[in-house]
Amino acid sequence: MEHLALDALAAFILLNAVIGMVTYVTLLERKFAARMQSRIGPYRVGPHGLLQPIADALKLMMKEDIVPRAADRWVYNLAPIVFLIPCVLIFATIPFAPRLGLADLNIGVLFFLAVSSLEIVGLFMGGWGSNNKYALLSAMRAVNQIISYDLPFVFAALIPVVLAGSLQMSAIVAAQQGLWFVAYPVIGQLGFVAFLVATLAAENRVPFDILEAESELVAGFRVEYSGMKFAIIQLGEYAHMIASSFLGALLFLGGWLGPGSDIPAIGVLWFLLKAMLVFLVVTWVRWSFVRIRVDQILAVSWKLLLPATLGLLLVTAFWVALRGGAGA
Amino acid sequence: MATVTFFVVAVLAVASALGLILKRNPIHGALFLVINLACVAVLYLSLGAEFLAAAQVIVYAGAIMVLFVFAIMVLIPGKEETGPDPRRAVRLLALPVGALLFVQLAMIVRPRDARVPPPPAGGSAESLGTLLFTDYLFPFELTSVLLLAAMVGVLVLARRRPS
Repeated sequence: MEHLALDALAAFILLNAVIGMVTYVTLLERKFAARMQSRIGPYRVGPHGLLQPIADALKLMMKEDIVPRAADRWVYNLAPIVFLIPCVLIFATIPFAPRLGLADLNIGVLFFLAVSSLEIVGLFMGGWGSNNKYALLSAMRAVNQIISYDLPFVFAALIPVVLAGSLQMSAIVAAQQGLWFVAYPVIGQLGFVAFLVATLAAENRVPFDILEAESELVAGFRVEYSGMKFAIIQLGEYAHMIASSFLGALLFLGGWLGPGSDIPAIGVLWFLLKAMLVFLVVTWVRWSFVRIRVDQILAVSWKLLLPATLGLLLVTAFWVALRGGAGA
Repeated sequence: MATVTFFVVAVLAVASALGLILKRNPIHGALFLVINLACVAVLYLSLGAEFLAAAQVIVYAGAIMVLFVFAIMVLIPGKEETGPDPRRAVRLLALPVGALLFVQLAMIVRPRDARVPPPPAGGSAESLGTLLFTDYLFPFELTSVLLLAAMVGVLVLARRRPS
């Protein structure tokens, strides 16, 4: 029973840490975007705009909750929660330092891939339940995109798994003790790039954001949501983005490894730093590229990314076999 | 704890299965199917078959999405589709066939029946992989050839014919 209480406490702390991270990552993104466009960004609330996320959160909480009369009430109201749960659940398997994580499952990577693929159910419920043409079109596009990018995403994530010979997150980090997987010649770099591209598509970010395409679909599947429900969807989206950044840092950038990472606190710092680096690269892409068309998105996936990642996985497997086994 | 989990999940699974067949709206049906498949995944998890649980979620999450799209594109539009089923008589077959299936299931899961040996190793990814590539290599390869054949068949059918 005591064990259960401790687990619940740890989960509570992690959940709040995730919400805190999401809140401030939005500020980071806005500041970064402002820099890229020679603006200052949020500056009025608090010193250097540091309290802006708090103000935004308060504003969202106080907004009126509107449910469209023609909406499918159950589906519409449940959608934000169904969307949020997998986005938060994937944090459970992420180890932040040796033995510092909620559950270091022996199928950690697989769990991450499986649970994060459930996000689309909530997204689709929102798009369909709103009973809005734009929302429905957006949900259809999302399904299209997820089906196409799930496979390259899985294959790219499997490259470090094959190199480490384990699906366990902590074992994958331990296998990078000598050399981070991103530094492995050719396999590492190409694998990392493929992983980033597939992540962008899984997160529905520019240039793969046809499902929210403001200029044609207003805001896509969340167009009818307001107030707290909108905030929950937003929270889920950013939580997913941060979790994917953590996964990228774990799989390719050596997780918590770095000078002085024997001390857990420094290890956590290294890990956060690397994850934020991945996040900033994703943001950088967002503010530099344009949205591409549906057919182009599908072509990139099926004609380029899927064969490329499959080939890379084969090469990796051959290489590991020639070397005589996986691991460091 | 495990017993409580089993009963909660089992009730949920049965309830969602009922929802799936009783709901007229195909999207609601598909959503109930999601709950049902998730419940089965939790049952696998409680049996220690972690890999199977994750695979269940990965495989069926994709399948469900396809189902959604088909439900919208094929089943929802048009009132003419929702008229009385022309093959109504065939439905009467469902009862005896379902009963037969139930009897077969009951025979398989009879607890004192020891013909099905318990799996030699646990449900981890490692032991499952080892089994698939040693003892069960032939059925495994056969299944993959079957899937490949299906894929090639789809490609051939969907290919644009020169007109």
